[in-house]
Amino acid sequence: MRQVLAIYRKELRLYFDSPIAYIFIIVFLAITSWLFFRTFFLIRVSSMRSFFTIIPWLCMFFIPAVSMRLWAEERKTGSNELLMSLPLQEWEVVLGKYLAALTVYVVAIILTTPLAIVVGALGSPEWGVIVGSYLGCIFLGAAILAIGTFISSLTSNQIVAFIVSVIIVAGLTIVGQPLVTMFLQGPLIVLVPYAEWLGLANHFSSISRGVIDSRDIIYYILLTTLPLYLTVKSIQASKVG
Amino acid sequence: MIEVENLTKRFGSTVAVDAVSFAVKPGEVVGFLGPNGAGKTTTMRIITGLIYPQSGTARVNGRDIWDEPVEVRRLLGYLPEATPLYDEMSVTDFLRFVATVRGIPSRDIPARVDKMIDVCSLQTMAFKDISELSRGFRQRVGLAQALIHDPPALVLDELTSGLDPSQILEIRRLVRELGKEKAILFSTHILDEANKTCDRILIIDDGRLVGEGSPHDLAAMASGEAVYSLEFKGDAELFTEKLPNHFKVVHSRPGAEGYTGMELTCSDSVDHSEDLFDLTVAVGGKLRQLSRKEATLEDVFLELTKGGEA
Repeated sequence: MRQVLAIYRKELRLYFDSPIAYIFIIVFLAITSWLFFRTFFLIRVSSMRSFFTIIPWLCMFFIPAVSMRLWAEERKTGSNELLMSLPLQEWEVVLGKYLAALTVYVVAIILTTPLAIVVGALGSPEWGVIVGSYLGCIFLGAAILAIGTFISSLTSNQIVAFIVSVIIVAGLTIVGQPLVTMFLQGPLIVLVPYAEWLGLANHFSSISRGVIDSRDIIYYILLTTLPLYLTVKSIQASKVG
Repeated sequence: MIEVENLTKRFGSTVAVDAVSFAVKPGEVVGFLGPNGAGKTTTMRIITGLIYPQSGTARVNGRDIWDEPVEVRRLLGYLPEATPLYDEMSVTDFLRFVATVRGIPSRDIPARVDKMIDVCSLQTMAFKDISELSRGFRQRVGLAQALIHDPPALVLDELTSGLDPSQILEIRRLVRELGKEKAILFSTHILDEANKTCDRILIIDDGRLVGEGSPHDLAAMASGEAVYSLEFKGDAELFTEKLPNHFKVVHSRPGAEGYTGMELTCSDSVDHSEDLFDLTVAVGGKLRQLSRKEATLEDVFLELTKGGEA
């Protein structure tokens, strides 16, 4: 565990010693606040619903920007050569790096809580829904980040890692939307429940209704652990190649 | 103790390392010599567990790379080629990070890091970012991270590349000092370096070990010949007739002022210059030049790696 912690600290330091984490957090906060307040005073409803509906679409771009460097950069500079020569197991490195990136995202999410305070001061929102939605944000982000980590472990080019991650996450988000499911007609209609189950945002919206369903939790846990497991495997495989 | 047994590694259809076996004992500095792309780095990366071979194995202090890769890495200090480091970290932070991952107890880390900064003469750079360091200092940071856990075995890839002559001398001295108790394998393509630093040299070419021995042995192995050239005046025929059997006349050509230029090879590695002089006197001749040239490590290297053909 000490090893995981050492990797975690090192990665976190690399995020916060360079402008990446700050730029990420500031841009994330600016965009979410702007999109939120743009309609908040017009609708005059003390709810954060409009805020949480845009989160899955923002995460689609923002989280791959955090995860893209995790492995790709080390491969590019060759420092993974040094890292992997240390007495570490692959999963320890993967976990340490992943948790550091997750921390950056969680910090950004926590910094949006003043919005909730504003909403609370101006009216009486349903706090259960807001807390549930924040929980949903963490689950959603954790899954997207895991996917991004896996993609980053496959390439030494950060831009490629970013674009491929966005495409995959976008695919997973859109697949459960009516936009796609309405085209599943005729015999394909049996696929609709599967497509809806697969959709990243669907589980998010059910959690953000304030309903914590074990199926949604299982979905996110699966979607987080599987890519991380694949990351470990891809790193092991690259040694045998 | 580093042992490599029958190691074979292919990348696609190219064979990078072909059935290589050797051992490095504690207290021994072994130079891994070969032209670029001969398989030195690949072999070293296999020993460190960065990649796995198709067949064969490597062991460090009896721990096998297949069974206990983490334990192997614990026992090794490794300096990768081109010294990739974390540029954004300061030297001290970087060494602390390595020390933590290496499992050095927290309370010993500051002392350990200070010691490494001393050993590798990094005092003036301790709090600078690694990105600001020159090539020579980066190399020393690389060496410091390889030594920080006081490993029994060291694998150093292209240790002195990019250093200036005085830094090279300093690093060589350090390696020889460390080599008194540790097993050290270091790669280089500079002959002189291997010659001056190593107890033993392994020559690798095209993935195969083509020569092994102490610098002195290897030089002697260069077909075991020494070449004498001399200018002789007198009865050249009688002189060649009376030459002992271990001499062979390569060529003999009459030159100016009645002198004959001769070139002789000798299969014996002992210096026979005096015998030649005595023989000249015995046949009543005169000498105005006599020199002996031994085959150098360079000749061996070129011969073994067939670089001489080019």
